[in-house]
Amino acid sequence: MIELAQSASAGESVFFWILAPIALGGAIGLVLARSAIHAALSLAVTMMCLAVFYIMQSAPFLGFVQIMVYTGAIMMLFLFVLMLFGRDSRDSMFETLRGQRLLAVVLGIGMAALLSSGLARAVSGLVIAEPAASAGQGNVERIAEALFSTYLFPFEIVSGVLTVAAVGALMFAHVAKKGPHRGQKEHSRERFAPGNYPGPKPGPGVFATSDSTATPALRPDGSIEPASLSEYVPPRQLTPAEAAPKHTEGRES
Amino acid sequence: MNDPIWLMLIKGVLVFIVLVLLVLFTIWYERRVVAVMQVRPGPNRNGPFGLLQSLADGLKLAFKEDTMPRTADRVVFIAAPVIAVACAFTAFSVVPFGPEVSVFGLETELQLTDFEVSVLVILACSALGVYGIVLAGWSSGSAYSLLGALRAAAQVISYEIALGLAVLAVFFQSKLMSTGAIVEAQAEGLPLSIGGAEITLPGWYFIVLAPSFVIFVIAMVGETNRAPFDLPEAESELVAGFATEYSSLKYASFFLAEYVNMVTMSALAVTLFLGGWAAPFPDAWWPGANEGFMPLVWFFGKVLAFLFFYVWLRGTLPRLRYDQFMNLGWKVLVPVSLVWLMVLAAMNIGLDTGNELPTRIAFAGGAAIVVMALIFFWPSRKPYENPAEPDTGLGGFPVPPLDLAVPPNPRSLKQLEPANTSTVPINGSRQSTEGEEE
Repeated sequence: MIELAQSASAGESVFFWILAPIALGGAIGLVLARSAIHAALSLAVTMMCLAVFYIMQSAPFLGFVQIMVYTGAIMMLFLFVLMLFGRDSRDSMFETLRGQRLLAVVLGIGMAALLSSGLARAVSGLVIAEPAASAGQGNVERIAEALFSTYLFPFEIVSGVLTVAAVGALMFAHVAKKGPHRGQKEHSRERFAPGNYPGPKPGPGVFATSDSTATPALRPDGSIEPASLSEYVPPRQLTPAEAAPKHTEGRES
Repeated sequence: MNDPIWLMLIKGVLVFIVLVLLVLFTIWYERRVVAVMQVRPGPNRNGPFGLLQSLADGLKLAFKEDTMPRTADRVVFIAAPVIAVACAFTAFSVVPFGPEVSVFGLETELQLTDFEVSVLVILACSALGVYGIVLAGWSSGSAYSLLGALRAAAQVISYEIALGLAVLAVFFQSKLMSTGAIVEAQAEGLPLSIGGAEITLPGWYFIVLAPSFVIFVIAMVGETNRAPFDLPEAESELVAGFATEYSSLKYASFFLAEYVNMVTMSALAVTLFLGGWAAPFPDAWWPGANEGFMPLVWFFGKVLAFLFFYVWLRGTLPRLRYDQFMNLGWKVLVPVSLVWLMVLAAMNIGLDTGNELPTRIAFAGGAAIVVMALIFFWPSRKPYENPAEPDTGLGGFPVPPLDLAVPPNPRSLKQLEPANTSTVPINGSRQSTEGEEE
């Protein structure tokens, strides 16, 4: 680990020390943010920083795919769903299980310790691989070769599982159409059927002296259109004086 | 790309200036072209030919009052236009303007930066640019903005898939992912022997990859939220869509981002499919056409042609309905791209297997048969059949009753009544009117 860290170039370490706090800040923000959108945005920031780390480790393809797929598509879908919840929905801070928060903190720290110790053991004996470009093959060629020869079977399995999941979600969300398809002809006949008024319903105040909701619409013959009467607002006709144009030119003397 | 830092800085500033100038020019260009299409003069007051109109508009916008809704999420509300503009400008950094030239005694390429997978930078930036729009819509705390943001998110994600698949065909054909290298790969012609006759097709990919080019052009209009796909800011439905609550410089920066994206997408199309900075005629006609600073003319000429195409679309096509738009993306563009990619892969394998004629014929012929089968057996709309007997409907063709008399205009009726006109003189004092009522 230490040799690995020391072998980094100056530019790389500068970028690391700039980006690492941002990535960590994003991760902490994800946990601490009250609003779901803020949490999702913090996660996006962390993912962006990870992508830049990949690019710094001379894996540009991986980095940009991380930006495009994770930040661009997956986080956008998250946002899409979260936006539908409404802006003011925040996490409830009420503790339903007693001691749940304390337990969560302890278990979280334990999980972090497990993960980091495991990771440290895994990378302790690593030697730095030769950069792909200097080995005569490009980054993309290396990944393609690994993906489509050594790891072909897991790759196909994973894509199959994802397809099954997507099709399953579609099945759950699918709603069969009720009744046969009604075309323009059917709609038109229905509209002009006897007993049905073919035009649009008059809005309140269309033929009336005012466009207030309280003012009933008048039919062309002067009678009141019942469809325009509001259930809740008592109907009220304006007097001619009220309906007349108001004084607008300067102050009245 | 091993430029000294000062040269990189100069290039970065130049790219920025070029983009801003192009945006100012494009706004004027768009208004003038649309005006010509609608037989009216267009902006012609500020500067020669009205060229300074967009500058004047921009300055006016910048000095307007900056308002923020009370319900807005302050941080995100301010960050959203910044994200949109930053992503738009960053994407242009990998576009090659020209070949190697010598500047101040240094050999350098007319491109800010280029590396192994530089095309992905543009795709990644356009993917991130959506965040600007989506967050703007969400943080405004207004229904119109939110609807615009939802439309933007759905639209850009769906059209990005079609766009990516179209770009993938270029990767297939060139086996390269760097913008500069793809331009150079297109310089070589494509030798073909059909029936013994040797012909050399131009190497520009819009010929070889014609289906991808069409899909790319459609998807790039969807990706930049331009008419006829400008649903996120459909002004007749959503006021100004995601930008409804924005004002002043923040509002202007969304427009800046939109126009920069237009320029970037045009430049990407030129780079990937139209030979980049290469001259649009064979080398033999003018040997020096592709050297020095001359390619800048070809490059910007092609970009301007694409921008004209954008404006042309806006001037001629009405906005699509939302469900039709999504159908076009998911049910037409994506499947066609996928099938075309498979056909292309089969053909490339067939051509690569050496000179064994039977294999090549088998692969190319198989691909052709697949395409033909798809065209013939594509489930099409049921053909229209003439009705056997006339449709009597409900007493004939459904029309409204024809004996309606036009009702008298209620306003003219009101004026005819003497009581109405005399009681409320417009300039008279109100006290007398009120007195009469009491």
